[in-house]
Amino acid sequence: MSAVQLRHRLGSFQLDAAFEFGAESGVSALFGPSGAGKSTIINAIAGLIAPEFGRIAINGETLLDTERGVALSARARRIGVVFQDTRLFPHLDVHANLLYGWRRAPVKSDASRIAAVIVLLGLEELLKRRPRTLSGGERSRVALGRALLMNPRALLLDEPLAALDAARKAEILPYLERLVHETKIPMLYVSHSLDEVARLADRMIVLDKGRVVAEGSLFDVTARLDLIAGSELLPGAVLEAKITGYDAAHDLSELDFAGEPLVVPRIDRAVGETVRIRIDAPDVMLALSRPEGVSANNILPVTVAAIKEVGAHADVQLALKDTRLVARITRRSLERLALKPGAAVFAVIKSVTVGGREHL
Amino acid sequence: MAGFLSDAEWVALSLSLKVALAAVVCSLPFAFLSAVLLARCRFRGKALVDGLIHLPLVLPPVALGYLLLISLGTRAPLGAFLLENFGIRFVFSWTGAALASAILTFPFQVRAIRLSLEAQDPGLAEAAETLGAGPLDRLLSLYLPLAIPGILGGLVTAFAACLGEFGAIITFVSNIPGETRTIPLAIYTAIQTPGGEAAAARLASLSILLALLGLVLADVIARRARAALAQ
Repeated sequence: MSAVQLRHRLGSFQLDAAFEFGAESGVSALFGPSGAGKSTIINAIAGLIAPEFGRIAINGETLLDTERGVALSARARRIGVVFQDTRLFPHLDVHANLLYGWRRAPVKSDASRIAAVIVLLGLEELLKRRPRTLSGGERSRVALGRALLMNPRALLLDEPLAALDAARKAEILPYLERLVHETKIPMLYVSHSLDEVARLADRMIVLDKGRVVAEGSLFDVTARLDLIAGSELLPGAVLEAKITGYDAAHDLSELDFAGEPLVVPRIDRAVGETVRIRIDAPDVMLALSRPEGVSANNILPVTVAAIKEVGAHADVQLALKDTRLVARITRRSLERLALKPGAAVFAVIKSVTVGGREHL
Repeated sequence: MAGFLSDAEWVALSLSLKVALAAVVCSLPFAFLSAVLLARCRFRGKALVDGLIHLPLVLPPVALGYLLLISLGTRAPLGAFLLENFGIRFVFSWTGAALASAILTFPFQVRAIRLSLEAQDPGLAEAAETLGAGPLDRLLSLYLPLAIPGILGGLVTAFAACLGEFGAIITFVSNIPGETRTIPLAIYTAIQTPGGEAAAARLASLSILLALLGLVLADVIARRARAALAQ
């Protein structure tokens, strides 16, 4: 497990954050609006800025402890950073960029690793090119490869997709997903896009105005009502469901979600695999009895767990076994249905996002 | 062309080129380090160092020649030390002419390299650091190759300026044919010689041509190199 504790003042901005990431929990997302202090944290972990107070341990190894006077240089930390602006070396071709960190690594990974990373990121055709001749998505992939090949203790990804348009994002996300599944390196993924986070992360650390306001599993954090109010966090929940079958006649995949059936447009994954789905709160309607004669395919029997009223809206957290989803309804509807915590209702789901992509 | 210049003028031309080449090549490493110091480091007394490096731009060359003469003359302590221990003699030698030229054109090189360093994205150095590159490694693998447009531009500009040095050379190493009589000194000698007007005119035209060629070349090289490195 890796732990980070930081206090740092930058002008009128005060960072005071503590969180954990890495280990068995895979990718951790550092999520928050711009100006929340995400980049400051990345720079402090990488050793590019010296915080006033800090304690950083990656996989149990202390990189920084200002109280004990321990402060490894950026070079000695061996933290791979994928910068938002990629920072590829313009005078080197792609191959030389990839090998820059590999050549300098005190603990070199096997040379066969180079070919493996090139294949993993689809860089075979680009090796002789200079960075300026690459597209934005290609540059991001090279930056990822360069950081991976330095054999890092941990990988920090500072909004690696923020500078890309939707098409380029869609192009690079599958590479990132493969990377997440095929490497055992703890990763901290900075983003302000719930789509990316929902696809890649398992843990989520929500940052606001220099403070950690929530930390926990992706599924718990995304369903928390107190975070939704007034934040950029789109109300909704990220959930996991298992593929149980395929309805060829209608081109639909059938899923099992907490014991209840769900159908979504075809997912190109094998039966038995687990997929991540996102259900946005505005796409969930509530009914007191199981509705008949509606077009929606997905109706789940749930229990009201909590209610938070904000302006004209009410965000209702719904429990299905030990999973949580959120519905956003009007306060008028809330009064009309006389909903109270503990009430049994039916959630009518208008739309499910699978893997951050396909919509129903 | 061989008939255009007399033998003595050919000697002056080749000497000028030798002196200028030696001056810019030997001062390049120091110019690069000075430029890195000014562009990338923060330290006390930086303004003073900056001033000292640029001093030759405003110092009368004759004054520099005089300073060199009294410090590196064979009877001066430093000059005697160099001669006795290393057999290096600057006075009355073409190497002295090269040293004087190097000092006087040093600011041109530093300035060109510095501009080229300051144009580099500091984020690249941060990236190199996280990838395991130490200070010297970054200097050689990043700053140096990225500064090549400035280095080449500075070299050519300084080379062209070297060809024009007069005051410091004549004061420090005198006007010895075949040893220290470069083109400007040859022009001066020709003017002082009755009937030398034609020779002076030829050499002056040659100087103008070389200087112009140098400046155009510097511009072309800098532009080509920048284009090759553009992100």
